[in-house]
Amino acid sequence: MDSYADMYRMMCLIRFYENRMAEVYAEGKSPLFSIAAGPVPGEMHLAAGQEPVAVGVIRHLRRDDVVTAPHRPHHFAIAKGIDLRRMTAEIFGRTAGLSHGKGGHMHLFDPAVHFSCSGIVGAGFPPAVGAAFAFRRQHRDSVAVAFAGEGAANQGTFHESLNLAALWKAPVIFVIEDNHYAISVPKEQSTAIANNSDRAQAYGIPGVFVRGNDVLAVSEAASEAVARARAGKGPTLLEIETTRFYGHFQGDAETYLGAEEKEKWRQSDPIPQFRDYLLAHHLLTPDDDAAIQTEVAELVEDAIAYARQSPEPQPADALTDVFAPSLGGK
Amino acid sequence: MSTTTIRKLTMARAISEAIAQEMDRDPSVMVWGEDVGAYGGIFGATQGLYQQFGHDRVIDTPISESGFIGAAVGASTEGLRPIVELMFVDFFGVAMDQIYNQLAKNHYMSGGSVSHPVVLMTAIGGGYSDAAQHSQTLYSLFAHVPGLKVVVPSNAYDAKGLMVSAIRDDNPVMYFFHKGLLGLGWMPSDDWAEVHVPEESYEVPFGKARVAGEGTDISVITIGAMVPKAARVREQLQQEGISVEVIDLRTLVPLDKQAIVDTVKKTHRVLIVDEDYRSFGMSGEVAAILAEDALDYLEFPVKRLAVPDIPIPYSRVLEQATIPSADKIAQTIRGMMD
Repeated sequence: MDSYADMYRMMCLIRFYENRMAEVYAEGKSPLFSIAAGPVPGEMHLAAGQEPVAVGVIRHLRRDDVVTAPHRPHHFAIAKGIDLRRMTAEIFGRTAGLSHGKGGHMHLFDPAVHFSCSGIVGAGFPPAVGAAFAFRRQHRDSVAVAFAGEGAANQGTFHESLNLAALWKAPVIFVIEDNHYAISVPKEQSTAIANNSDRAQAYGIPGVFVRGNDVLAVSEAASEAVARARAGKGPTLLEIETTRFYGHFQGDAETYLGAEEKEKWRQSDPIPQFRDYLLAHHLLTPDDDAAIQTEVAELVEDAIAYARQSPEPQPADALTDVFAPSLGGK
Repeated sequence: MSTTTIRKLTMARAISEAIAQEMDRDPSVMVWGEDVGAYGGIFGATQGLYQQFGHDRVIDTPISESGFIGAAVGASTEGLRPIVELMFVDFFGVAMDQIYNQLAKNHYMSGGSVSHPVVLMTAIGGGYSDAAQHSQTLYSLFAHVPGLKVVVPSNAYDAKGLMVSAIRDDNPVMYFFHKGLLGLGWMPSDDWAEVHVPEESYEVPFGKARVAGEGTDISVITIGAMVPKAARVREQLQQEGISVEVIDLRTLVPLDKQAIVDTVKKTHRVLIVDEDYRSFGMSGEVAAILAEDALDYLEFPVKRLAVPDIPIPYSRVLEQATIPSADKIAQTIRGMMD
């Protein structure tokens, strides 16, 4: 398992990636903003501020454990160990991308690390249950984690999946990222109870709410949930309070959000807080920190450079990959 | 080695036999859905499987269609080959996202790195007064979405071989069985579908239409439960001196375009018969192929018989007026021979 310093490094890598992606995404989009312009077109949902959720949970996972993620997927993908170069090339829509430019930022698939995501809210819950069911059937001790936002907890798939997973004792962990807003609608205007984690009671499984966007608290809760799943004791529901530093998507004017609230989030940035904790406990030195900052910047710049130099696909490539070519049955 | 004795099976038996043989051969093949266990499937397609393979491999699910169809998405990426039954095609609305946004698209969106070897099977069709929410055909809806194969057997022999092919395919396959072909004791069934079925396993390949009856004057291009109706009309019209060729498409995706062109080259007249809604569906697609690739061979405008664009009505009288009948097929053909 990753050390605390490793966790810190991963959070910094994600943050640096998202901040650079915000800059890269803005290229070619001024003076007039167009979602379709620039080297990275389409919607862009960034996860800066939400690093504790991804890092605190995924540090307990192995390569063969499944992660399904939602439309805001980069922090989960990076924490799961996705190929950063190929992920970035995919976001640029290039041939070297994970999907050769057919997926884009909301549809990242890396079977080597059992990672996938979907642009449809709540769509990742049932596949995670199915993967977990397959593990049980195959007597493997792998687990599956479905990440989704708090808005997704009002989808039918969430409730169907919790019931199904509890019924099948499937080794799955449902993780709700509560960043307070489903696009613009605050949680209290969309959800009848304060904590989605309480909904676990309805399905007879443990539910835990983790406050404070604190990676160590997340890690502690996830540790128990993953161990429980691996031991064959069934699913757990975690809800993790977090904060979204960028808008729902790049270009979101965030008219629904007061400047004060946003400032408060930025003030309670989980990364400097964790760094201060590590420095105070002598788990990290300022030199370590400097080395980490240099290293993550190199990794991200390398991935972006790799993406930029990869060729665009040929128009005819659009017609391939609709169907798998061969019959797979023995 | 082929069997020499004639062994007739109902289509329901043929489907469950295909599944049983594949489950026997490949431990990753599993079945889940509503009432597929001890009950054997509402339409008998999973009869005997629970008794043979037990609750580990034949699983009754809660009525959570998004949940259990979506589970097939994740299970198939981790090595299982699920066969999932959803009782009636009419019920798919509640689970469509998992089908047309996840199952159908993941192979493409992943650039080919993710495959979903999943069979979704369901009952289609009317003819027994089950009204608008339990009598639809709707295969064209699924054929419209890229990434799904669409299979519609017309008889027990094809039903077994197409199911074997569906299970062995690495893609999501929608397998539609018509309630009126299954040979259930409690529902009217066309005995034309109950044919010889070899005991050993065999594949009927996708994308290969079958000439269900040869003819020279006119072609009826159809699929599913309309095949036996057309075959009966063919026999009837033979006595009137009209030679009808019946083409059973067997699969809509992939579609055997060559068979469509070949038959019109021979007969120069085409009637398309479809139990699905008329507009924007199978009948329109076949007509478009004829317009694009076979216009020069046509001596008479293409005609279509399909469900007019109305929900399936309840009343026996109204329903019978809605679904293409043998009489209507015969009448339409006569009108095309002038």
